Amino acid sequence: MTLVFAGACSHAPGITGRADRADPTQRKNLLNNLERMRQEIKDSGAEALVIVAAEHFANFFMNNMPAYCVGMADYYEGPIEDEEWLAIKKTRIPGNPDLSERLIKTILNDVDVAYAQEWKFDHGISVPLNFLTPDYDLDIIPVNINCQGPPLTPLNRAYEFGRALRKACDAVPEKIAIVGTGGISHWPCTPDSGKINEEFDREFLDHFLANDKAGMLSFSDEETYERGGQGGFEIRTFVAIAGACEGAKGDLWCYEPIPIYAVGCTVASMEVL
Amino acid sequence: MSLYYVQKLIYELNRDPLTRQRFDDDKESVLAEYDLSEEELTAIRQPDIGLLYVLGVNGQILMHYAALWKMPWDDYIQAMKDGLEEHGPVRAGLYARTGGGAV
Ligand SMILES: [Fe+2]
Repeated sequence: MTLVFAGACSHAPGITGRADRADPTQRKNLLNNLERMRQEIKDSGAEALVIVAAEHFANFFMNNMPAYCVGMADYYEGPIEDEEWLAIKKTRIPGNPDLSERLIKTILNDVDVAYAQEWKFDHGISVPLNFLTPDYDLDIIPVNINCQGPPLTPLNRAYEFGRALRKACDAVPEKIAIVGTGGISHWPCTPDSGKINEEFDREFLDHFLANDKAGMLSFSDEETYERGGQGGFEIRTFVAIAGACEGAKGDLWCYEPIPIYAVGCTVASMEVL
Repeated sequence: MSLYYVQKLIYELNRDPLTRQRFDDDKESVLAEYDLSEEELTAIRQPDIGLLYVLGVNGQILMHYAALWKMPWDDYIQAMKDGLEEHGPVRAGLYARTGGGAV
């Protein structure tokens, strides 16, 4: 078994870009737990971090939109956003094309995943990395699930993708950490930005933490949109992590609904069995 | 309606510094490469963030575009609210389904 760490966290651009506008106690709790995740990834001995993201039209567009894509580049670039706006410096992030290729080959047995040898990150990956690998000294394998431009992959496929990703991680000798990053409920980039449905979030998180596949898959996109906003479609990243850790339980480290960050800021781990 | 091309252009501007440079140097020649209506051209030229939102530009694309123009966060949120006020509900895309996301 070479998966050594699994977790999930939020990636809202406000976490860095509007950092000081949050309640200080809530922010502290969020940052402490992102720091805890950085430390646990480090302590796990991970040699690469697979980040399962829901990018936002930095790299993928409706001219050729993959449901699933894995990066296979020497390096990645990001963030595309204005540096001052996001408060993250543009940089090159190290990749590992050889490891990517081996992961992709195994995943292809189960899921027709796309690959990309060129990839620009946006806040969806750059915000988590800003906290998890602030020195950009760990190889990153970016993975994307299209959560933005419908039609979207169904949740059951996101779970299966997670299972396929796990098989791939376990088939390589390198120690791998995986982190999913997404929603839960939020209405980002709309006049409703700042609205958070904590009840929906807790309901979904209960299913996620119990790795209750049926519970997680019970949310139709209509229900998610209604209760969790268009940002809620990003639960696919959490579902994939649950799939990668099938049979294991999760642990919620932090849930702080922070309106100015436009999301219930979540940090969680899932046991690697 | 050519919402697809409005979004495509903004996507390119957001991610590609060379396209952005060409746009800064000669806006009209870049605009001519996309299939856009007069209203869309006006909205992109200004840029009118509120109108672009009402036309149905995906918020994630539009947020990055507002950031590119260094629009402060609160102004950007307000621009979308003003757009709804002035132009009515979102006409197409993901946000049209809930009457435009107005609070
Ligand atoms: Fe997102």
